[in-house]
Amino acid sequence: MAHPRSFVFIGCVELKEILGRRAQDERELMEALEQIPLGSVYYHTHSVFLRHPRISGAYPNDFANWVATQVRDQPLAERLAVVDPFQFVRLEELRDELVSIIGQHVAAIHTVPRVLFGSPLSFVQSHLIEVSTGFEARTLDDFRRCVADVDQSAIYLHALHSQVMRHVPGGDFARWIGEDLGRPALAETIARMNPYQGGLERMRQETLRLLDGELGREAA
Amino acid sequence: MTLSPSSLEPYRRVAPTGTVDFLLRLAEHIQGRRFLHVNSTREGGGVAEILSRLVPMMGELGVKTEWEVMTGDPEFYATTKSIHNALQGADQVLTEAMLEHYLDVNRANAERIKPEADLVLIHDPQPAALIQARRPEDKWVWRCHIDLSGPQRRVWAFIRRFVVRYDAALFSLPAFGQELPIPQYLDYPTIDPLSDKNRQLARKDVWRSVENLGVPSDKPILLQVSRFDRFKDPIGVINAYRMVKRYHDIRLVLAGGGAADDPEANRVLEDVRAAAGRDPDIYLLSLPANAHLQINALQRAATIVIQKSTREGFGLTVTEAMWKGKPVIGGASGGIVVQIIHGVTGYTVTSAEGCAYRIRYLLNNPDLMRRMGEAGREHVRQNFLITRELRDHLTLLAHLTS
Repeated sequence: MAHPRSFVFIGCVELKEILGRRAQDERELMEALEQIPLGSVYYHTHSVFLRHPRISGAYPNDFANWVATQVRDQPLAERLAVVDPFQFVRLEELRDELVSIIGQHVAAIHTVPRVLFGSPLSFVQSHLIEVSTGFEARTLDDFRRCVADVDQSAIYLHALHSQVMRHVPGGDFARWIGEDLGRPALAETIARMNPYQGGLERMRQETLRLLDGELGREAA
Repeated sequence: MTLSPSSLEPYRRVAPTGTVDFLLRLAEHIQGRRFLHVNSTREGGGVAEILSRLVPMMGELGVKTEWEVMTGDPEFYATTKSIHNALQGADQVLTEAMLEHYLDVNRANAERIKPEADLVLIHDPQPAALIQARRPEDKWVWRCHIDLSGPQRRVWAFIRRFVVRYDAALFSLPAFGQELPIPQYLDYPTIDPLSDKNRQLARKDVWRSVENLGVPSDKPILLQVSRFDRFKDPIGVINAYRMVKRYHDIRLVLAGGGAADDPEANRVLEDVRAAAGRDPDIYLLSLPANAHLQINALQRAATIVIQKSTREGFGLTVTEAMWKGKPVIGGASGGIVVQIIHGVTGYTVTSAEGCAYRIRYLLNNPDLMRRMGEAGREHVRQNFLITRELRDHLTLLAHLTS
């Protein structure tokens, strides 16, 4: 039998480009969402996890957070908050969903809510630059050691980013464990991990717990 | 090439997991490149403070990094203070003669410094006109640390004509971005957790230091640490303290000093003295620029830390206080709204009344203060430590000079 391919851990740094575009009310938010680059949709939804790997306020994406804390429109904030960006295969579909939610909300009310005492939303675009971390695993034991010590940007890139930008179902970790190590049950559990339960650091700890369980059963 | 990251090793204990190894890998891509920082003061203020730590760390990572400080006369610093205030939205009068002198001083500094490197990072408006001395093969980036969300049009137009000649600009918040034909990037300022200002102190050393400053330890302390600057609203803090004092027996400590490039600080301090009057529980401490350990002790001794700025690029004292596990009440301005997660690590407020209300609420809920303090420390660990800024600068160097 051929040796499994090794898993090379890649991390990332995010250059955050300020677009200079701002929204003062919910209609402007909707119009901007239709026009901004997809990298900006990504910045305000997915890569929030890179900036808040452990802590978050009440809202998991920048749009919901802005509507809640600056515009102070609770109903729209709630609708935007439950959108899970990782459920969309393509960023265009996520954009359409957000625009549709805001459009429906704005059409149903008489006055478009706007910022009175808060700050406008300033749009930023994400540019992710991949960097080799030097960590590489050939076995499940190696993999466990790497997951424990690697920069959290690698957890983000392999577990979350890969699902969205490279369309890897379940992410790189699950695919390697399932396809290369031949452990489909473990792969499936890792693929189902929920990033909203404590962010990247919680994902790291949960992955370690699952790996320890698997390694422990093997040793026994 | 083998790096010798001895000064980076201690950061493994405080930075997020994997950070130091990642920095070493990132640095391998840009070995031997040269980086030059230019600003207007060696001491006082957050920029000088972070550069004094960042520059040697970059050097140790194999990037030849230098830090030059421009020089000027009192007239130049009075002009740049007016430019600073105008860019933050205050009405200022700047004559043609003042602007001409600004250009003369920049020209003289360009002659003296000869700014040349693969990447030249110019901090703030004072040295912005140095761009006239750039070599075509170098990349130049303008780093704006101040709140540029509503600048005076005429003064911004003057500075903008230099900024557009840079390769990129860095701002502390998206809201500070301007209409510019160059890329603009976001770069949150950071603190060094191992510096004298932020390192862990023994409890007995904290209280000894605070008592040496003449502040007794028998009552809860509200603290604001900042330059005596009108944008920091020290009088608003005194007003908030007075509203709380009716319900809680507390002390207020306003600790600060002037930066070498800030001629207005003494006038503001006199106004604050007048506002404090003879209240024995208000302590005004004018500290020298190198009083890092005393500030560290004050922040650790405080019950609640306040930063009630009405304009703020990025309030480093907010980050410092959160790193020490303190709940922070900050003015809803500039970077403070990013630094404080409202309701999680502290509160942002828009008035002295709001500040007073939140102080009272926290004093009545000590468990909440503890939880907010813990959340604040973690927020800083993830986003506002010097290792993150180092990562950003290495990335920029790699991106612009590749």
